[in-house]
Amino acid sequence: MSAVPAGSTTIPLSNAQSKSIAKTKVAVRRKSTAKRWRTTISALVIVVWCLLPFYWMIITAFRDVGYTYDTAFWPTHVTFDNFTTAFSTKLGNHLGQALLNSLFIGVCVTAIALLIGTFAAYALARLDFRAKGIVLGLILGASMFPGVALITPLFQLFTNIGWFGTYQALILPSISFVLPLTVYTLTSFFREMPWDLEEAARIDGCTQAQAFRKVILPLATPAVFTTAILAFISSWNEYLISSQLSSDATQPVTVAIASFAGSQPHQEPYTTVMAAGTIVTIPLVILVLIFQRRIVAGLTAGGVKG
Amino acid sequence: MRAQRVSLVIASIAAAGLVLTGCSSSGSGGTGSDNALTSRGPITYVQGKDNSNVVRPTIDRWNKLHPKEKVTFKEQSDQADQQHDDLVQNFQAKNKNYDVVDVDVVWTAEFAAKGWLQPLTGKMAIDTSGLLKPTVASATYNGKLYAAPQTSDGGMLYYRSDLVKTPPTTWDEMMSDCSIAKKAGIDCYAGQYAKYEGLTVNVAEAINSAGGTIVGSDGKTPTLDTPEAAKGLQNLVDAYKNGNIPKAAITYQEEQGRMSFEAGKLLFLRNWPYVYSLAKTDGSSKVKTTFGIAPLPGATGIGASSLGGHNAAISVYSAHKATAHDFVEFLESAETQKFFATQGSLAPVVASLYTDAALDAKLPYLPVLLKSISSAVPRPVTPFYPAVSTAVQDNAYAAIKGDKSVAKALSDMQAAISAASSGN
Amino acid sequence: MTTATDIVPPTTPAPRASKSRKRNRETRSALWLILPTIVLLAIVIGYPIVTAIIQSFQKDPGLDAATGLFVTGGFAGVANYAHWLFQQCMSSTGQTIACPPGNLGAGFWNAAGVTFFFTVVTVILETVIGTWFAIIMNRTFRGRGLVRAAILVPWAIPTAVTAKLWYFIFAFAGIANALFHTSILWTSDEWASRFAIIIADTWKTTPFMALLILAGLQLIPEEVYEAARMDGASTFRTFTTITLPLVKPALMVAILFRILDALRMYDLPAILTGGGGGNGNATTTLSILVIKQVRSGYNSASALSTITFIIIFLVAFIFVRVLGTNVVRTQEAQQKGAK
Repeated sequence: MSAVPAGSTTIPLSNAQSKSIAKTKVAVRRKSTAKRWRTTISALVIVVWCLLPFYWMIITAFRDVGYTYDTAFWPTHVTFDNFTTAFSTKLGNHLGQALLNSLFIGVCVTAIALLIGTFAAYALARLDFRAKGIVLGLILGASMFPGVALITPLFQLFTNIGWFGTYQALILPSISFVLPLTVYTLTSFFREMPWDLEEAARIDGCTQAQAFRKVILPLATPAVFTTAILAFISSWNEYLISSQLSSDATQPVTVAIASFAGSQPHQEPYTTVMAAGTIVTIPLVILVLIFQRRIVAGLTAGGVKG
Repeated sequence: MRAQRVSLVIASIAAAGLVLTGCSSSGSGGTGSDNALTSRGPITYVQGKDNSNVVRPTIDRWNKLHPKEKVTFKEQSDQADQQHDDLVQNFQAKNKNYDVVDVDVVWTAEFAAKGWLQPLTGKMAIDTSGLLKPTVASATYNGKLYAAPQTSDGGMLYYRSDLVKTPPTTWDEMMSDCSIAKKAGIDCYAGQYAKYEGLTVNVAEAINSAGGTIVGSDGKTPTLDTPEAAKGLQNLVDAYKNGNIPKAAITYQEEQGRMSFEAGKLLFLRNWPYVYSLAKTDGSSKVKTTFGIAPLPGATGIGASSLGGHNAAISVYSAHKATAHDFVEFLESAETQKFFATQGSLAPVVASLYTDAALDAKLPYLPVLLKSISSAVPRPVTPFYPAVSTAVQDNAYAAIKGDKSVAKALSDMQAAISAASSGN
Repeated sequence: MTTATDIVPPTTPAPRASKSRKRNRETRSALWLILPTIVLLAIVIGYPIVTAIIQSFQKDPGLDAATGLFVTGGFAGVANYAHWLFQQCMSSTGQTIACPPGNLGAGFWNAAGVTFFFTVVTVILETVIGTWFAIIMNRTFRGRGLVRAAILVPWAIPTAVTAKLWYFIFAFAGIANALFHTSILWTSDEWASRFAIIIADTWKTTPFMALLILAGLQLIPEEVYEAARMDGASTFRTFTTITLPLVKPALMVAILFRILDALRMYDLPAILTGGGGGNGNATTTLSILVIKQVRSGYNSASALSTITFIIIFLVAFIFVRVLGTNVVRTQEAQQKGAK
């Protein structure tokens, strides 16, 4: 069926070919062992490349501040002080509250961006209407302006309507920053869906919306989850707007970390920043470990192949 | 067709804009009406990260004394740029809740010229007679005092007392002492030469110490076309070229230099007072008992340090300026200053504290720091400071690395500063 | 961008009247579906852009010689644009002169070049490595979940922290030099500093590419590969003839957004080198210029932002035109086939 997109090369097998397949089976098996090794080694290289700097971050996070610049590759002068400092409200650090804020903001941003992004993507992928190009252009255009130049007008707008330091003043900009990517990825994936299934569902009496929700959306799970992760992390990383518009009570982790200070003026609080960086990264890793199956389940497992 | 589409896009953006622009024009242009000067009530004090937790206790003490005029503390980030931008945004929005703000010495002129700071004249005047002169100069713009010096900072020369018996008093002496470093197999001298604000500080010191100046007394006319200025920059360039300043120093900010000094790899280090206690206590420090401090070396005697530190200013948009004024004086008082010094190692602006025996015992670097600050020169007090600093950094960096002659670097700097003050 | 209008298929060969009726109906529902997105973007992004564009035609405040206070600059015409594009500065006597080195305006073309260089190199590297990551992640092997989580680590660390981490790693006495027994000036040497930024950016952003490409790979049914395997196609041939064409839509979206982001690169060069390196501006990107200029004059910074905006618009336009015409067209063809 048409889930195999145009241009794919499905070649009918001739008799001769079938015989040669049997012959090559042994070779194939040997080849697949080699392939498995290659995969394992590649995976190892990837993991090392991704985690090596992170490892250094953790090592530094556990290092006594007096030995900040130690270059021993293994843990030395191990201490938990940096983590205590990062969470110490007595020193004016608000990492605990900030983690909750970031989580709350991230969840709101992801949920809203996905919801309205799905609406827009459905329309762009499935409906035939005028001005589609303009809409796509406008949405893309929203990620073309240097972010820093947006701050001053936004600051004035939000302070004028009394939104300074509120959650919505942090959430709305974050949504806007992730929306273009959300709409584009979802559109490109929705176009890949086997839409005849939707039409079949409608013949069965579903409304267009029901058909979309019950048939298409489950199939698009990997794409939706991928987009959700991208949106969440992007909101988790947002700093520019938050640094100007958040208050002590609403500041996200990025702002909280930036406000860390050494015990002395001019002293860079590296070890504390690295400790905070570690703390901030771990929830995301757990999140990904929980949801990682979703990133890849979908189509291949969903029985829509062929 | 395409043109139509484009015009449609523009039209729809413009429409969205027009609808919203209405919201952004803000209310009163109130520039400090007179009754605000006598008005009292709760205020907010805005400052960057309170590193050593001295501001909160100070405010608590004030609040106990003035229960009807409580001060709230708004703490900004630890990064200077962020503090600057936050202040600018709030001043632009005419935020009434930023009553007393802590401004870096180099921003004072800019904020004053923008009309955001209440001049400390008439009812607002404060007594500056007991303060260190250079700190008052850093808070003065166009002949008017716009802020009250609050904390100071000056560069000092850290040296290895086990290798150098008497610290050098002139630049040339220091350069000849570099043979000691060579013998010991370590680097000789480093300051901060990475491309950031610290480079401006170091270049200004080199030029001022050699008798030159960056801008004239009007704060905007560049004065780099003098032999003294050339001599100052040349000193840095030569030292970097002949290895007296190690190649790595071009990547140094404060911390990298400190690290090298604490690791015993550097004979002389130009840095702020904060290094003192860390070099004594850091577990990794190899120079705990083998370093000393001295004023920066100059052409013939003590050099001219650049001045660091912060000033406390009153926002023109403050609704309770009388309270704000009293709070500024409170920050200025010898008692508060002493607390800042003992608890937070912040250099006081009150001259008498430097000879306070009890304080000297706790902060042994104070006598040296006093010499440094007394002969310090504020970085250019100009409302165009960011552009001036960029002009200095860009050209000095290229000169030190040897990509540009000193003469060319200075003439470019001169032209760039003059362009900056013409509003580019 | 005019992609979609080209993409809107000639749809079903239905009678013209019913087709246009269907189209009208769909236009109405589309309007409602798209409205929230457009409204939000108009407020949070559109409004500031329009404000900035209006401001860019105003002079920045200048000093009143008598009072020493800033006064509003008035209408500037295109002077702010000329300042950046043609390095025109005002001398103290009010004449137009070429901007001297050390003035931000003098650095515009250099910054544009640096920005393009970073964009081209990082996007290519991230695309290639990201595709490789995605292919590996798409295979079944033990510990796959771990690899997926590991890949996201670089991207999950907030950029400001990442930049600090790399600044720390690339310090002269930092771990990078210690580990490889080198003494490279990673944050100051012209090419070393550029590579430091490229390495850090590639490390940080490849996961983004990998994840998007992986999602694209997921849509390719296993049967297609099986058929190719039976056909005895080599891994490389399978990749170029099957994987690449099928994953292209996802890949194009990923690359497009990476380009938009890379052209606005700020944090890494700002924190790692302060824009320095080489003779002082080897790593200054356009966004670094914008931020520095914002601190000395918002109106001129608005002009620079608008110029940057137009540059990015043109790049995206060309990208979509040249490479992306079939970003989503394959599927239209497929849909047509299905009907």
